[in-house]
Amino acid sequence: MSTRTTSKQREVLGVSALRPDGLAKTQGTFSFSSDYTADNMLWGATLRSPHPYARIISIDISEAIKIDGVETVLLASDVPGKLTYGLIASDQPVFASEFVRYMGEPIAAVAADHPETCRRALDAIVVHYEVLKPLTSIEDALNPNTPSIHPDGNVFRHQHILHGDANATGDIVVEGEYEIGMQDQAFLGLEAALAYPDSDGSGIELVVATQWLHEDQKQIADCLAMPKEKVRLQLGGVGGAFGAREDISLQVHTCLLALRTGRPVKMQYTREESFFGHVHRHPGVISLKHHVTNEGRIVKIEGTMKLDGGAYASTSSAVLINGVTHIQGPYKCPNAVFDGYAVRTNNPPCGAMRGFGVVQACFAHEGQMDKIAKAVGKSPVEVRLLNAMEKGDTLITGQPVESVAPVARCIRETDALPLPEPLSLSAGTMELPGGSGRTSELHNIKRGIGWGVSIKNLMYSEGFDDSAEARCTLGDGVATLKFATAEVGQGFVVLAQQIARTVLGVDVVVLDRIDTNIGSAGSTSASRQTWMSGGAVDGACRLVRERLFEHVAHMHGLDPLQLIIEDTDIVDTMGPLRISVSEASKGVKITQTFLHQHRKTEELDENGQGNCHVAFAFVAHRAVVDVDVELGLVKVVQIATAQDVGRSLNPLALLGQIEGGIAQGLGLAVMEEIIMQNGIVKNPSFTDYLLPTALDAPDVLFIPIEEPDPQAPLGAKGVGEPPCISVTPAIVAAIRDATGIDLKRTPVRPQDICL
Amino acid sequence: MTIFSPRSLTEALQVLNEHPAARLLAGGTDTMVEINFRHFEPSDIISLRHVQELQVFETLSTGYRLGAAIPYKQFENGSFSHVSGALSEASRTVGSPQIRATGTIGGNLGTCSPAGDTLPVLSALDAQIELSSINGIRMLSIHDFMLGVKRNARVSNEIITAIHIPKINGFQGYAKVGVRNAMVISIASACLIHNMDKSHIALALGAVGPTIIRCRTAEKWLTQNADLSTSTALTTEVIEEFGRLAASEALPITDHRSTAEYRKHAVGVLAQRLLKRAMK
Ligand SMILES: Cc1cc2nc3c(=O)[nH]c(=O)nc-3n(C[C@H](O)[C@H](O)[C@H](O)COP(=O)(O)OP(=O)(O)OC[C@H]3O[C@@H](n4cnc5c(N)ncnc54)[C@H](O)[C@@H]3O)c2cc1C
Repeated sequence: MSTRTTSKQREVLGVSALRPDGLAKTQGTFSFSSDYTADNMLWGATLRSPHPYARIISIDISEAIKIDGVETVLLASDVPGKLTYGLIASDQPVFASEFVRYMGEPIAAVAADHPETCRRALDAIVVHYEVLKPLTSIEDALNPNTPSIHPDGNVFRHQHILHGDANATGDIVVEGEYEIGMQDQAFLGLEAALAYPDSDGSGIELVVATQWLHEDQKQIADCLAMPKEKVRLQLGGVGGAFGAREDISLQVHTCLLALRTGRPVKMQYTREESFFGHVHRHPGVISLKHHVTNEGRIVKIEGTMKLDGGAYASTSSAVLINGVTHIQGPYKCPNAVFDGYAVRTNNPPCGAMRGFGVVQACFAHEGQMDKIAKAVGKSPVEVRLLNAMEKGDTLITGQPVESVAPVARCIRETDALPLPEPLSLSAGTMELPGGSGRTSELHNIKRGIGWGVSIKNLMYSEGFDDSAEARCTLGDGVATLKFATAEVGQGFVVLAQQIARTVLGVDVVVLDRIDTNIGSAGSTSASRQTWMSGGAVDGACRLVRERLFEHVAHMHGLDPLQLIIEDTDIVDTMGPLRISVSEASKGVKITQTFLHQHRKTEELDENGQGNCHVAFAFVAHRAVVDVDVELGLVKVVQIATAQDVGRSLNPLALLGQIEGGIAQGLGLAVMEEIIMQNGIVKNPSFTDYLLPTALDAPDVLFIPIEEPDPQAPLGAKGVGEPPCISVTPAIVAAIRDATGIDLKRTPVRPQDICL
Repeated sequence: MTIFSPRSLTEALQVLNEHPAARLLAGGTDTMVEINFRHFEPSDIISLRHVQELQVFETLSTGYRLGAAIPYKQFENGSFSHVSGALSEASRTVGSPQIRATGTIGGNLGTCSPAGDTLPVLSALDAQIELSSINGIRMLSIHDFMLGVKRNARVSNEIITAIHIPKINGFQGYAKVGVRNAMVISIASACLIHNMDKSHIALALGAVGPTIIRCRTAEKWLTQNADLSTSTALTTEVIEEFGRLAASEALPITDHRSTAEYRKHAVGVLAQRLLKRAMK
């Protein structure tokens, strides 16, 4: 037996492999989408509505077009193809022409030689509006007497759920009302794209920061009236997404300007524009009534969820379904009568954001669990363990939860994590609520502990044909991977390399350009890419390995089934052959493509019944907060969490998702909110839309729960969304615990606590 | 548009006199934001970066003369952090390390926002603002300098050259409420200065009125109801009444950052807490 020394741990699955783009991102040399330029390039800019709701009487571009350096000004009448776009319903105009329905809605786009020239051109466009009274409340939108603000009506979707016995009752009824504010994804890398028109104008190439190249391609092609293959997309460097890059923003505008001028055009939003240029998290109101036994077991839930989808459909209908189908939480619930509504208003459009409807549901069901605990005299942990869902239990849609459902284990392992030390007498002001503002003193502080537990579906639902394609080529010991999976910061690029190293025994894995020259990978959202694109890369690599084994077996007169990969070698399990993969693949070139699909899902029937989801992941959060009760200021001290991850493929990347998700959930708990007055956004900047800073970030204690999911290609569940879901209710529960105040709304504002 | 980069105060004053509409640029942390948001279209700009005189710090017999373009960092924890505890605390609360490395007190005064963090400190210290022009120097009390929301008494050919603050024997503290634990615009703030030699406590409030508010009523009441020549604990009643009076002097508004009710409440709490810190 030969002994080999490995100087360095191979960066295979299960290892904290470093990302190929990590160093460049850390050093600031990575090119984000906004960093690209082209020769002879023009700049594009968008004219947006200052009104939430108005009729457009006239648009005069004559002065704008005269400005030196302005090459073109485009309006709705310049759109050659479909005038609208949308992920589910195509109801959003490329440019508004008759009505503007939200503040910031695009009306025109200009291309000019300089961003400043663009600004001047926008100023010179004269739009006459008849300003209308905006529809801004959910209740008004649901009122059938309210005039429709869009031909498709004011209700995007209503879903009724009836499960089990509608008349079932328990010993006790626990009721609650919950409200969630509008959160923004606030990614750091602003929207940006660069379009290169083909010289004959028959096609276009777009480099763009997006979450889903092929969906963009389809929607853009429709609006440009071009065949899909004439619209070629390449992923630009993406600085975060969180759902805000699922919808079209500047894609169609950039292409239109480039095609019209015959020159490369770059568009890039400012931070302020970004707040208007992408969808947000749905604000909403949820009423819940739990019927429970004296012991605290859930017998039935009743209630309503009402989400404000803003002016256009985006993914509102899917967000709503996620919300209503997760409203029971990760708990057994035999009976339910529930109604969900997503409505249209003149507020900014809302759509995908990390957690996708489940964040809203979880805030409500976790508030209820604490109320139930109080009503039956149990602790928050006891009442959650009593009701914890297990494998085989069903959702209120009738769908059984299969595979792995370690809810009780998540709760127990979180509970076992140590609590933080009590505040010491020597704690500096920076450690107290108020931080650098030096407002608090030790004796003003009350500490509280709160819990949140959640269930989140993974991947797309309701019969969506969700697939991912990947291609692997092996030659001379080097594997090359091709896929259209958007790398938005989550780290698929390193995972793909780890998969290839593990399956093929190579060390060098080259990543081909991420573009539309291969089939769709689906969206980088819904916690789905490790499962979907991971499955596709794994499948392609396995096919390549089969061919390689056949090749080696043929050369050595062996049965390929005898061969395995051990580290970087091919080994004959029945004989002495051991040959390195690089040796074996010398001079060969094996290419294989694999399409990964998950099992089919169903649509819901009129009672909301059906197996509409693919799989689920669970997580528990325990929050410890310090509250300055008199000033209403909060410091989140610690978050303990155990998450059902299936299998940890890269512990470092996993921890990144956990900590990042917790920060985002913390934001929704205590500071992040888009503030609106009559449809006007009041805080479209980082001065007033507050994100947590390092001083706001809590200590995080994390335990991965590793029970590989047999349905998942790598045994691994998606881990992106769960971290940000139940941490918000956990923090709010901790504030309730510290203050004794029945807080109904998130984010919690200082005045909610102290006035 | 011309960008001037004078190399001395004399040159700067001359250029300004010839271009009275020019915008003075110190750290640029307000100006660049204004330009980005198009709140102001730059015409001519006079950069103060190379005007050495504005970086000069002097210790005087009764206090200090602070060059107007010294960045916050120096007061936060740098060479001049000893001159005023409250100024150092206020400096620490300004923005992020990047902002504090370049932003200046002169700029805070120039902008004169009611939420400017050093302004309550300058008010409570009864600072004197030194304004220079080609015609000479005039000294203006901070109370006469700040006129209203983003309005001050500087005339167009003047440069704020320095801020004069006294040496104080006694506690001084600044506290600021924001919805985040750092890097946040004030929604209510207070500065309290205990001058034991003069048996006086000064209290100034930020972000609760069109400009900084000095709580003369609360101050006067406290002088009459407490011995301020030493630092000895006060009764709960005195502390609470002081807070109540301070809050009643605030004139806050409701906006997207907070409500008038909360702001009033918060400055009352801050006044009490600062007073307790001073008297123990
Ligand atoms: C991210 C960020 C965070 C911030 N956070 C805070 C905060 O927490 N608290 C706070 O108070 N402020 C904050 N600010 C605002 C700003 O940093 C301060 O007001 C700072 O003091 C401005 O100083 P500057 O030197 O950068 O001013 P500049 O932008 O250079 O100038 C501001 C104004 O003052 C005038 N001016 C400057 N120097 C002089 C002079 N010597 N004589 C006459 N006029 C002069 C200028 O003409 C201009 O009108 C923040 C700004 C940013 C961008």
